[in-house]
Amino acid sequence: MATSVLEQTHVAKRGTLASWLTTVDHKKIGILYGASAFLFFLIGGIEALIIRTQLARPDATLVSPEFYNQLFTMHGTTMIFLGVMPLSAMFFNFFIPLLIGARDVAFPRLNAMSLWVFILGGLFMNFSFLMNAAPNGGWFGYAPLSSRQYSPGLNMDFWVIGLQILGIASLAAGVNFFTTILNMRARGMTLMRMPMFVWTTLITQILVLLSFPVITVALILLMVDRTFGASFFSVGGGGDPMLWQHLFWVFGHPEVYILILPAFGIISEILPVFSRKPLFGYSAMVFSSAFIAFLGFGVWSHHMFSTGMGPLADTFFSLATMLIAIPTGVKIFNWIGTLWGGSLQFKTPMLFALGFIAMFITGGLSGVMHSVAPADLQQTDTYFVVAHFHYVLFGGSIFALTAGAYYWWPKMFGTMLNETIGKWHFWLMLAGFNLTFFPMHFAGLLGMPRRIYTYPAGLGFELFNMMATVGAFLLAFSILVFMYNMWVTVRRNVPAPADPWGGATLEWTIPSPPQEWNFTVEPVVAERDPVWAMKRAAGVRTLPEPTLDSGKGIHLPGPSWWPLVVAVGILVFFIGFMVKHSYAFPFGPITIVGFLLTAVGIFKWAYEAPDANAPKH
Amino acid sequence: MPTPPSTEDVSTMSSATLAHDETHDAHEGHHTSFPIDNRKLAIWSFIGSECLFFATLISTFLIYKDSHPKGPGPKDIFEVPLVTGGTAVLLFSSFFVVMALNGAQEGNRKKMLGWLAATIGCGLFFMGMQVYEFSHFYHEGLGYTTNLFGTSFYTLTGFHGTHVAIGTLWLITVFKDAVKGNLPPAKALNLELAALYWHFVDVVWIIIFPVVYLMSLRS
Repeated sequence: MATSVLEQTHVAKRGTLASWLTTVDHKKIGILYGASAFLFFLIGGIEALIIRTQLARPDATLVSPEFYNQLFTMHGTTMIFLGVMPLSAMFFNFFIPLLIGARDVAFPRLNAMSLWVFILGGLFMNFSFLMNAAPNGGWFGYAPLSSRQYSPGLNMDFWVIGLQILGIASLAAGVNFFTTILNMRARGMTLMRMPMFVWTTLITQILVLLSFPVITVALILLMVDRTFGASFFSVGGGGDPMLWQHLFWVFGHPEVYILILPAFGIISEILPVFSRKPLFGYSAMVFSSAFIAFLGFGVWSHHMFSTGMGPLADTFFSLATMLIAIPTGVKIFNWIGTLWGGSLQFKTPMLFALGFIAMFITGGLSGVMHSVAPADLQQTDTYFVVAHFHYVLFGGSIFALTAGAYYWWPKMFGTMLNETIGKWHFWLMLAGFNLTFFPMHFAGLLGMPRRIYTYPAGLGFELFNMMATVGAFLLAFSILVFMYNMWVTVRRNVPAPADPWGGATLEWTIPSPPQEWNFTVEPVVAERDPVWAMKRAAGVRTLPEPTLDSGKGIHLPGPSWWPLVVAVGILVFFIGFMVKHSYAFPFGPITIVGFLLTAVGIFKWAYEAPDANAPKH
Repeated sequence: MPTPPSTEDVSTMSSATLAHDETHDAHEGHHTSFPIDNRKLAIWSFIGSECLFFATLISTFLIYKDSHPKGPGPKDIFEVPLVTGGTAVLLFSSFFVVMALNGAQEGNRKKMLGWLAATIGCGLFFMGMQVYEFSHFYHEGLGYTTNLFGTSFYTLTGFHGTHVAIGTLWLITVFKDAVKGNLPPAKALNLELAALYWHFVDVVWIIIFPVVYLMSLRS
């Protein structure tokens, strides 16, 4: 049999809408994550541009103060939950199985469910704009501002319920990737032979598993306050707004590392390849990542120095926060050690990786400044902190994710992004980024509060704000250059080789884009950087082009509708809580319909043979 | 032990290896890096996550247990003998489900079904106790939003009750499969997963019982 039944069936179905809606292939799911997250990222970027245009000059009235509140709330929420996290998830989905030599994730249908819950949750949150009720209480929804009394509309309901939905997607993915990484590794790939990106992903999933339940409970309590009139966070009824801040930041601080650890991992994959030498201090990298995650749970209250917790708490959280600089410093020195003495190749992914190191150090240094509780009062709630977290979130996470996009694009789509345009993209983004966010340090030290709608002339804010706005448009232009690059690449469609960069990890041994079953032969690993070992042994720089095998006899799970059904059910269930106050009974019919849809979906899913729709062979 | 790396390109490895992998996938279940099934590892990680969920709810209760400016407080309404009975039943159910699992692994269908039915009965009894308790408290004047003690008590125990309900439903579906004869010893893991979740729900109650009921009475 020259061509297997399997291959024929899947080739015939590829590209149809149903094949994307029912896919359980981690690579397709990764691409869907990437496409939807990039779309949300653009929406968040447009929100930022409107904010910056409003702030360009003093006493501007481009948007109403009410709409401005919605803009900065949705910008923060979007960039964190719908931009950076799912963009990382794109790389988890597409590359974790490839990096560990697996055919798929441990639970392919659960993976599909995560994707659809995320997409529906993101659409739900943005739908609020169409109802003129976008969330407007800040991305951390501080009670009592977010309580029914001060946020009476549907705005914060969209936020509470939207985050609750997105949390389900993250938890499901957390369970899935935790299991995948621990249990699905190729034979011989011990924990200390895993690529760094796999390590940081594993630690990220542990953070998700341990921090998301806390925000889930916090959101439940806030929903109970808003919907049923309880008073967990309202002082009038004996509640304590500080509880919200504690619960939010017990989640919110580890979330910071959920956003940055995958970026650390991507950088740790790229630097060795373009330095032509292995990652320096691999074990120190592993342990520092774990230590960062551990400490991340002990520092949440450094977000709350200005709330008056008292000197003892402030001192503890100051010291714990300063400690985080140690493992982070270890990482930065290891990256520099990787570069040291290497034969550096300044391809686009490498440029973004180097940009990451410089920008992340800048953001990290202002972060250490924040740990000093007495000085923190001047920094928190001013543009100084806005500058700081954009240096780590954009200069850190987004630079690293972009580096990853250039690095892994050939493997994902089988074509090469244009190098010249890529370099333009890098330099424009670097310039635009620094022009936007560096002046904010000064505006903040001069006392410009964050989240402020406008400011009068004569306070010294004008120049810095104008610079930041010009920078923001330059930054947006660099994203357009990136989109142009993608468009050119898709149009020219020049096939990429299997191993364009001379890679060290397993994904480069299979064709670009990979066949549906990933590895025709399940790889066996005997050391770190297994592909470099193979090349060394064979005395070549790149491996011979792998052949597209028929994949005969390989067992793959079949497509399924049930993950999508369950995701829709979850969405409907939660929407029911929003319209609930139209009904006398606390659980309106919409909630019940959603519950039944979810339950039926789960049962059908559980009793669906894993390969019911798979081609027989 | 890992075999040394092949010096040839992985995609041209010998067909013998391929044949081995085929056999492996088709007949022995998927290879796992740790000697633990994927589904079991997933349930364990989920349980780890759930620990934080309940830890947060219990902490919230501890903060607000004395906050009852109006309406009844813990001392006024808690019925310790009743809850002790419910706790004992739930505790025993953890033992029952172990016996059921033991029956499933031995292929002893009668043993499995009997103990499984007993476990499900315990779950239903516990839920019944909670329904009685809630309605009794409500008649004593403790509504959901009467005071913060009540809100945090109902939220915590209500979510625990929801978990008991989900666990009972899960066990019922396993029971249904077992009656149909779809639970041979090779598939005993299907019951084991539900049992793990059931143990977790029990353990959480073992924390809730002294912390919520007994400690509140002391203060």
